[in-house]
Amino acid sequence: MKSARRQRLALLFFIVFGAGSALGLMLAALDENANLYLSPAQMRSGEAPVGIRLRGGGLVVEGSVHRDPDSLAVAFQITDGAGTVDVHYKGILPDLFREGQGIVVTGVLDEDGQFRAEEVLAKHDETYMPPEVKSALETASSTRAESASRPSGDPADDSASTPGAGAVL
Amino acid sequence: MIPELGHIALILSFCLALVLGVVPLLGSYRARPDWQALARPLAVGQFVFVLLAFLVLMQAFVAGDFSVAYVANNSGTQLPLIYRISAVWGAHEGSLLLWVLILSGWTLAVAVFPGPLPAHTLARVLAVMGLVSVGFQLFVLLTSNPFSRVLPWPPAEGAELNPLLQDIGLVIHPPILYMGYVGFSVVFALAIAALLEGKVDASWARWSRPWTLVAWVFLTLGIALGSWWAYYELGWGGWWFWDPVENASFMPWLLATALLHSLAVTARQGVLSSWTLLLAIGTFSLSLLGTFLVRSGVLTSVHAFASDPARGLFILLFLVVVVGSSLLLFALRAPAVAVRWRFTLLSREMFLIANTAVFSVACATVLLGTLYPLMIDALGLGKISVGPPFFNTFLVPLTLLAAFMLGLGVVTSWQQGRLQQQVRPLCGTALVSCAAGALVAFVSNEAFEVRVALVMTLVVWVVLMSLGALVSQSRREADRLLVGLGRLPGRVWGMHLAHIGLAVVMVGILMVSLHSSGKDVRMKPGDQLQLEGYSFRFEGVRRRPGPNYIANYGSLRIVGPQGVPMLMHPEKRLYTASRSVLTEAAIVPGLFRDIYVALGEDLGEGAWAVRIQIKAFVRWIWGGALLMALGGALCVASRCRQRRGQTSAAPSADAAAASLAAGQSADAPLAAQVARS
Repeated sequence: MKSARRQRLALLFFIVFGAGSALGLMLAALDENANLYLSPAQMRSGEAPVGIRLRGGGLVVEGSVHRDPDSLAVAFQITDGAGTVDVHYKGILPDLFREGQGIVVTGVLDEDGQFRAEEVLAKHDETYMPPEVKSALETASSTRAESASRPSGDPADDSASTPGAGAVL
Repeated sequence: MIPELGHIALILSFCLALVLGVVPLLGSYRARPDWQALARPLAVGQFVFVLLAFLVLMQAFVAGDFSVAYVANNSGTQLPLIYRISAVWGAHEGSLLLWVLILSGWTLAVAVFPGPLPAHTLARVLAVMGLVSVGFQLFVLLTSNPFSRVLPWPPAEGAELNPLLQDIGLVIHPPILYMGYVGFSVVFALAIAALLEGKVDASWARWSRPWTLVAWVFLTLGIALGSWWAYYELGWGGWWFWDPVENASFMPWLLATALLHSLAVTARQGVLSSWTLLLAIGTFSLSLLGTFLVRSGVLTSVHAFASDPARGLFILLFLVVVVGSSLLLFALRAPAVAVRWRFTLLSREMFLIANTAVFSVACATVLLGTLYPLMIDALGLGKISVGPPFFNTFLVPLTLLAAFMLGLGVVTSWQQGRLQQQVRPLCGTALVSCAAGALVAFVSNEAFEVRVALVMTLVVWVVLMSLGALVSQSRREADRLLVGLGRLPGRVWGMHLAHIGLAVVMVGILMVSLHSSGKDVRMKPGDQLQLEGYSFRFEGVRRRPGPNYIANYGSLRIVGPQGVPMLMHPEKRLYTASRSVLTEAAIVPGLFRDIYVALGEDLGEGAWAVRIQIKAFVRWIWGGALLMALGGALCVASRCRQRRGQTSAAPSADAAAASLAAGQSADAPLAAQVARS
């Protein structure tokens, strides 16, 4: 009986210790591998850390897309209305990438404030707005139009609820 | 008029589900057999009416009734028939209706094949499933009615189905995945009924096993199909992205796998029942969580709640009610069903338990990685995303650990393992595995890599141990190996097949991450590219119309190492109704490598961005998953046959159970079990 109780105690200790250390490890790993999301305005203002992998998003500025004629290098700008950032990318852009479209980029901000993208994502539904972009636009437009009675009609407002948008990607 | 009939059918089935959820449950407490007996006809009625509603919606799609808003949003006149049918579950409302249909289908299956369940238990099981159904049907009726109309001026043309979903993979993927998700409602209901009764024993677990297995088989197939679809349809050549939507299906799979192994322990001696019950509740809760996260759009951001507060709120409430009440019930009643352990540290039980722990930890990791960004966002601490490195850091070692213990587990006896006697063969197998792993690591790479050696060692380990267990078990059946193998019951084969499936998946994942190469290049007609011994010549792109799209139809001439030329045709399609662009990759499949070509964008002057990839062993991932599913199916088939035999020869089964209870030596129950089958 006594040994059974001791066994149970040992098991309990084992479980608590195991679960605790596992959780600690996981949280540490999460902190290491989590990519911070920052809006173009935040990148412009110098809020964004340099040289660390992060995510940004915004609308592709009309007329800003420039392709290199000999390779797949491409440069464009993204904006949230309050700030604009230059993005450099080399590779194939997603199907739904186009000027005026909301996109998300993952990469590194360099010292000159240029964003070196490793990945460009456009959601697989053209009426869909990445939520981060949407919220960045909202923040920007509400700070800009504080005097206005109503924030300028956000085109993304009802499109984000498009059925199935979340199911696709 | 017809869509209204569907709506009415849905309301009627909701009423039936409500009665099903309440009356038989009350009847089981008041000892009213007549109330309990209502459960089965109500389950049938519910299924009939949900099916009716589903067929009505399908009819609206086939006939192109754009006065129904859901049809107008997800179909079009040019959409081919097969996609008009699959468009029924192509978006939120219809896929929820499919959920309800499959749930009522599983309820029907339990009602039709109640097996040895006593009447009052059956009443409770069906009632719990009825209550789950009530929640879902209420959700459909209140917030996501697929039958709402656009009147009085319906559009002449629909907005068409999302082109990504116009694909055979997406025709079959959702129903199969949902069969898995929803199938866990059976074992969930069985667990709740057991908790209500305060009685969980080996026969409960034996009865729960086939239901769990069937659902697990479907979920395995569904996930594999989803991965395969993402591979060829998204145009990236990736097969798993650790995307929250993928994780939503992977979490219940991990926990269900743990549940299956925990059930195996409980089915033998009735031990470990609390853990099994908790896993059963957890699995179905994660299925609910997954469905809802995907369907409500919560996953991409908490702010998506704002897009439709009613849906998000309902979802959250329903989750809280289901998970909260079942966990509360568990906390109140679980100690009452605890049973003493009757096995030593070196027994198959112990390895099974350890593996359920590994799978649970894996599941917790994925859950944390999926929900962490949501929590951070909800707390206002910023917006983050968790990338693949996090998941890989944990899942890879956990998989290796699981594989190591799997190998030991399959050769250890139940209750009282005598590992000491097996030290010699075990060491032999371990040595051979290490040697084989190291050999592969040397041969497959220029530089020796520890991780390759490690993974391949464990792959060989799993395969050898499974084969060894098969051989030694067949020797017990008969002197001649082939005769013995033939006499082994299907569930033994099934188990080892599923385990070997895991090894195959591991090979696939390792090799595809190791030996895949690819390039994104700009190509003009006539340009050539060399990759991994293949030469790719770009022949240009021409226009080619499809049924509801116009394709930019590319041509590439491939010459392989054997010198056989092939033509590949990747496409870039413009779907005319929705004006959306879709990449259709061209793939030459192979057992050891896939050639994957996709078109990027038009760069002008006939030049295109082209993605060319060689994917090593990628088929092994889905092949391994298929093996797992096949193994599961074999187990189900053999258990069903066994049960049918059992009912005709009940005494011998009782004898076997008695010998189990007596805790005789490890081989005796095995022999009894073999005799039973």
